[in-house]
Amino acid sequence: MKHFHTLLILSLVILFGCNSDSDDTISSVNVTMAFSHYWEDMQVTNSDFNTLNYTNVKGNLLSIERLRYLISDIEFTKTNGETILLEGYNLVDVTNQTNLSFTPYQKILTGTYSNVSFVFGFVNEKNIDGAYNDLNAVSWNVPLMLGGGYHYMQLDGKFLNSNNESQGYNYHAIRAADNPGPNPTFPQDTFFRVNLGAITIAADTEISVAMHIEEWFKNPYSWDLNVYNQMLMPNSEAQILMYQNGQNVFSIDRIN
Amino acid sequence: MTFKRFSFLVTVFALGTASCNNESAESYINTPTPSPLQIPKLFQDLILDPVIPSNNPQTEEGISLGKKLFFDPILSANNTLACASCHKTPNAFTDDTRFSDGIDGLFGNRNSMPLFNLAWNYDNKFFWDGRDFGLENQVFEPITNPIEMHSTWEAVTDKLQKHPEYPELFNAAFGTRTIDSVLVSKAIAQFERTLISANSKFDKFLLGTATLTPEETNGFNIFMDESKGDCFHCHGSDNNPLWTDNKFHNNGLDTTFSDLGLGNVTGDPADNGKFKTPSLRNLAFTAPYMHDGRFETIEDVINHYSEGLQNSETIDPLMKKVDQRGVQLSSQEKADLKAFLLSLSDPDFIKNPDFSNL
Repeated sequence: MKHFHTLLILSLVILFGCNSDSDDTISSVNVTMAFSHYWEDMQVTNSDFNTLNYTNVKGNLLSIERLRYLISDIEFTKTNGETILLEGYNLVDVTNQTNLSFTPYQKILTGTYSNVSFVFGFVNEKNIDGAYNDLNAVSWNVPLMLGGGYHYMQLDGKFLNSNNESQGYNYHAIRAADNPGPNPTFPQDTFFRVNLGAITIAADTEISVAMHIEEWFKNPYSWDLNVYNQMLMPNSEAQILMYQNGQNVFSIDRIN
Repeated sequence: MTFKRFSFLVTVFALGTASCNNESAESYINTPTPSPLQIPKLFQDLILDPVIPSNNPQTEEGISLGKKLFFDPILSANNTLACASCHKTPNAFTDDTRFSDGIDGLFGNRNSMPLFNLAWNYDNKFFWDGRDFGLENQVFEPITNPIEMHSTWEAVTDKLQKHPEYPELFNAAFGTRTIDSVLVSKAIAQFERTLISANSKFDKFLLGTATLTPEETNGFNIFMDESKGDCFHCHGSDNNPLWTDNKFHNNGLDTTFSDLGLGNVTGDPADNGKFKTPSLRNLAFTAPYMHDGRFETIEDVINHYSEGLQNSETIDPLMKKVDQRGVQLSSQEKADLKAFLLSLSDPDFIKNPDFSNL
């Protein structure tokens, strides 16, 4: 009988414990970020690649042949300022139409948040050379002579140069580095956090994020592909311009 | 519980166990022995797991059968040509001639691809133009190709079925003596997945057991420098031991294309002239180079990227300084780059008795 009582108490404890867990689960939901791409008002998919379709603000007629970029560390800010970090990264590959949406394994509590954001690229502490096997497997690495780690973005294509000839460009964003070699230096951070604004999460939610590709060439620097086209990874000046132009590239398209 | 009841339970249990043992013994006869791939440390540490189809796991019997088939000319119409005839072990499983000679004396227009580390081809697209999805599917083509083995699956399976050894070997590998094309392709694919090359000097350097010469070190730096060789965007780096992205690029060989490559598969003109990036492993053994074997030496290849690029509509934008026809390396830089590239060759791979018919 004594054992029976002990078992009963234990069962009640477990039962109430489980109920409590269930309550937490009910209020935790998945958040998905879905990425779409635009050149001004036109949506861009890989079916639009490989033709000189686009004109940047400097007047360069250009095509896109390859576009992939990395986002990481989605973060929600509560109205009291507390932040919730959803660890993880996602390599958006527009060329192959893969990873266009990303659902972190961590869930988030329903409620109102004053901001949702993500990092374009990796913060320096997580930009660890060779650390991520999936990124190594798709050759996303940055040479160690430039500090190692990973690309933030590869945007490749062709443009009509000042001689009216088709020429390649490689708009590759990485951590800006000077003095390439065994001991590179880093003039400034070139990853950046993209703030998307306030959001209310009531259930599983998909946040559609738009990348406006034309912004990479637009503001504040009117990008002239005749000046900056290839071999931009070791060019810290170009990297900082990419960082500056990147500030206005992303916005929320819609929330479902 | 009474003793009588206990005895009854023991008897039932014993009968059940005996019956289970019988079933195990019977099924064991035709159950091949699992033989998972031995994944090299660098691969384990740096990249994703290999791609093994769930319906064709690696087994000792399957690999052994695949090896026998790979080296056996029985697969060709006149019993003169084996897979290994054009994919030769001493050449890291490519041919040492530009084009390979089929059973009727006909030649194709592509250099036979080297075979190694195939299980890490994550996109699973095979051949220079990526036309076959999956290693098993790739196996199907050479056997019936008129300029290669020029046989039929009916003839091949008939010969194998009447062979004194093969039916039993298929039974051991797949649990059936009835041979068909699917089982042939599965066995050969299992063997091909074991062709792992991961013991070059550069591998040893990364593992801390070898030292690079100054020339090799400088060559690696040229390889990794976007302003110099910029080889790493397509061929990977010290963080990707495959030394290929397994993607398709137009690397500036021609201004017009007699062979459309990937474009012939997709029908998209934007893919014309694109071919799969080959791995840079084992270049010491795999000459001639490029999809059509046009370059006889590594020097020829380096000269192409340095001052031989041909512009075209589909040339990859990663090709640098096309207006100067290449990246303009100095003689010393070329020599150093070659020294580094040769450090990616793996003599143990071509000497591995598991990969030889001797």
